[in-house]
Amino acid sequence: MASELRNPQYELKRFQSRLLLVGVLVFAAFGVLAGRFIWLQVYKHQHFQTLAESNRIANIPVPPSRGIITDRHGVVLANDYAAYTLELIPSKIQNLDETIDKLAEYVEITPKDRRRFRKLMEEAKNFETLPLRTRLSEEEVAKVAANRFRFPGVEIRSRAFRQYPMGESASHVLGYIARVSQKDQERLAEANLMGAYRGTDYIGKAGVELSYETELHGITGIDEVEVDAGGRAVRVLSRKPPVAGNNLQLSIDIKLQAIAEKAFEDKRGALVAIEPSTGDVLAFVSKPGYDPNLFVEGIDPESWKALNESPDKPLLNRPLRGAYPPGSTFKPFLALAALEMGLRTPSSAISDPGYFYLPGSSHRFNDDKPGGHGIVDMYKSIVVSCDTYYYQLAADMDIDEKADFLRPFGFGRKTGIDVEGELIGVLPTREWKRKYYGAAKYREEHRKWYAGDSVSAGIGQGYNTYTPLQIAHAMAVLSNNGVVFKPHLVKAIQDSRSGERRLTEPKPTDTIALKAEYVNVIKNAMAGVNKEGTSAMVFKGAPYTNGGKTGTAQVFSLKGQKYEASKIDERLRDHALFVAFAPLDKPTIAIAVLVENGGFGSQSAAPIARKVLDFHMLGKVGPDGDVANTSATAKVAAR
Amino acid sequence: MLGQIWDRLTGKLDPVLISIAMTICALGMITLYSASNESMPRVWGQMSKLGIALAIMWALANTPPQLLARFAVPMYVVALCLLIGVTAFGLVINGARRWLNVGVATIQPSELMKIALPLILAWYFNRHETSLRPRDFFIAALLIGVPFALIVRQPDLGTALLIGASGAYVLLLAGLSWKVILGLTALLGASLPLVWSRLHDYQRDRIMTLIDPSTDPLGQGYHITQSTIAIGSGGLTGKGWLRGTQTHLDFLPERHTDFIFAVYSEEFGLIGNLVLLVLYLALFARGFIIAANASTLFGRLLAGAITLMFFTYAFVNMGMVSGILPVVGVPLPWVSFGGTALITLFVGLGLLMSIDGHRKLVQT
Repeated sequence: MASELRNPQYELKRFQSRLLLVGVLVFAAFGVLAGRFIWLQVYKHQHFQTLAESNRIANIPVPPSRGIITDRHGVVLANDYAAYTLELIPSKIQNLDETIDKLAEYVEITPKDRRRFRKLMEEAKNFETLPLRTRLSEEEVAKVAANRFRFPGVEIRSRAFRQYPMGESASHVLGYIARVSQKDQERLAEANLMGAYRGTDYIGKAGVELSYETELHGITGIDEVEVDAGGRAVRVLSRKPPVAGNNLQLSIDIKLQAIAEKAFEDKRGALVAIEPSTGDVLAFVSKPGYDPNLFVEGIDPESWKALNESPDKPLLNRPLRGAYPPGSTFKPFLALAALEMGLRTPSSAISDPGYFYLPGSSHRFNDDKPGGHGIVDMYKSIVVSCDTYYYQLAADMDIDEKADFLRPFGFGRKTGIDVEGELIGVLPTREWKRKYYGAAKYREEHRKWYAGDSVSAGIGQGYNTYTPLQIAHAMAVLSNNGVVFKPHLVKAIQDSRSGERRLTEPKPTDTIALKAEYVNVIKNAMAGVNKEGTSAMVFKGAPYTNGGKTGTAQVFSLKGQKYEASKIDERLRDHALFVAFAPLDKPTIAIAVLVENGGFGSQSAAPIARKVLDFHMLGKVGPDGDVANTSATAKVAAR
Repeated sequence: MLGQIWDRLTGKLDPVLISIAMTICALGMITLYSASNESMPRVWGQMSKLGIALAIMWALANTPPQLLARFAVPMYVVALCLLIGVTAFGLVINGARRWLNVGVATIQPSELMKIALPLILAWYFNRHETSLRPRDFFIAALLIGVPFALIVRQPDLGTALLIGASGAYVLLLAGLSWKVILGLTALLGASLPLVWSRLHDYQRDRIMTLIDPSTDPLGQGYHITQSTIAIGSGGLTGKGWLRGTQTHLDFLPERHTDFIFAVYSEEFGLIGNLVLLVLYLALFARGFIIAANASTLFGRLLAGAITLMFFTYAFVNMGMVSGILPVVGVPLPWVSFGGTALITLFVGLGLLMSIDGHRKLVQT
């Protein structure tokens, strides 16, 4: 090639042939492009059309507004209100911290907000948008909206928030809602409800908010919207409106509830009041309570710590999940058992020396009155709360037969109330003890039932433990002559669309065959308790008929020493109990009160019961009532 | 009289080239209006740049090729100096050193090289037309290799390859023997693994993304994924002007510039695409005819190389937007928004017109 002769003609020919070749290649290359276009635009058109549409169209769930909860008279206890929130879509934001810093130039974002947001991020990975700030002011909304273009992945939304206008009042009845957690999601997925909960951030976590979640939630609506690449809605294409959740009318009388709560002052304890003829729960107190509003927007770690680690256990639902020995409030039931089982007659009496020995045993069971009560018949045994009478009765009564008699009253089994988490308590039997001590580390002597076990159980101590709800329920059943109504907190459910009300049907679930004569003996004795017995001082001058029974439950065994409240650590003092009902004929209220470490039942529990009964029976606060200001005015939690 | 002036003014302008180029430009303006969410100022801005570009084209068309040939060496030297200047004083934008501030404006010297390289190669081969030796091809390779290496280092592999290609076209047309061409091709193939190992991460990503765009839908793959969705959803007839959802809802990135073809394609469909392909092919055909008929080797090589450069840009751009080529920063000729590229393209057209318009003069 080096010494090749250059022939212009040949050169031109070669150039042209190469140009032709290149031209063919160009044509072929464009052919490839055309082929690609046909592939994309004709052959795969449908596929890409779908992709473009799914880019463009988003089905935005519209969460329904949650049902309103009112008390039995229509006072609002829980409702929704709308507020603006500043929300972030973490998946569309490259640098979250930077975005939050920039947003902080327009709206106030506290370190607490940041911490809470971080917590939300960890807890709810699958969520599209998470609130950084709630309750934005109009001005803040305007500021962020004006700078929207600077913040892709940031949105302002109007959302419904739950509020509990009464604050702490009835908090253990209502429970609370909080953000849907990973666990809730798993539960929803199992129930095949994930679709129904799209767009719903909150779910009932406790109380009726939890147990009536399906009624309260409503049906999610769907907005078909056109969105841009930043995920922002450009326009709405079609709309399926949400259906609001159903409203709940509770059986609770919030005024009665408030009076009961106030009566506790700063004592810990529980109170349950039930209408015996229906099972309506009129008051359901657990002290101390908590402010359910704290949970709605995600509780901050400090508040949670304070609630969770407090020795007063404000989160414990005491009526439902606190198990206490019933003490002497158990005696009317045992007396009734004695009558029904034919072990005693009303008039058969004992002579009480102030103590009791089991035959062939040297263990001395003391009466609380040294020297004893003298001659004691059944009426007197209840009125003065004579332990010796019941020690003897317990020695005569088979523990299993006793349990069989008491079980229908609700002792040792669930009452079936319409909230979750109820404890069963312990109604001791031989079989129960055997199972309880079933573990290999126990020996036969632990598992065996002793006569001594029966004797302590005979005064409501020993292995007996029941929830305040169970005790109140049993009281309601007894006062209702053995007709059992399942207790319930929700009286009616109002359909949000039709306005139709579905009542919780007050149907007797069981009727215990009791002789009216025997029931009247007990009721009469309980009336005697409040007239001339252990709580006579407390019920002096009550302008309505009533019956009651005091009780004291040992927390701590003194091992024979004399009980002196002032010398014992407060937390080890006895629990005070009181059960009551009124009026004697066709009672409209049955009540159980428990004051933790309150000492004698007559001292701290009975006065609370008096205030509640007064309000219930008279429609006003009683004569010595210092609770005149308990009108249940809404303390709207506007923070 | 007026007619004579008009003839004098337009005499050197090639009616075929100019009408095709202006048609493509018009399609570009229409698409730009849609891509910019109906922003008229944007379109006016582009039109004013078009005016400048047309003026430059007219001036070049009226300049005899011999005079142009004289500028080949100075222009190449200037372009090379600027490229060296970039490596020393260049502005770093988006992690690459491609821009140089020359006082009045910020320029991209690689853009100048796009014209300067084919020009000097055409001039060189023309000069050695009668005694072409392997040594000449070696020197030509050096003329290509130096700017190529400088641009690769910026780093701007895409532009470097395009410039390298425009040089290679001249060698091919100048008659580089097939043995050498095949040998070089084989060598290139063999060196691919080495090249791969020297690539920057983002360059590898672009290639990997091409193979499977869905691997990284929000990163590198996002561009290709969204542009193929735009093209595919356009279908046969398109969604209609101003009605592309991918475009108007911001799903398409870079939609005024490198990805404008996706906008066009979404709104005008396959029919629009084929019209555009035909327009380009017609323009290339005219360019090849000019090359074939050119009276000097300089004219032939330059016209051929410029036409192939047009083709390369169009092909690479449409190929990348439709997802068959990796993403490189190449605008779609006469359609993409941007003044520099537009001027380069019209300079190319001006050169073609100069070569064609002065044919008879040279022959006499």
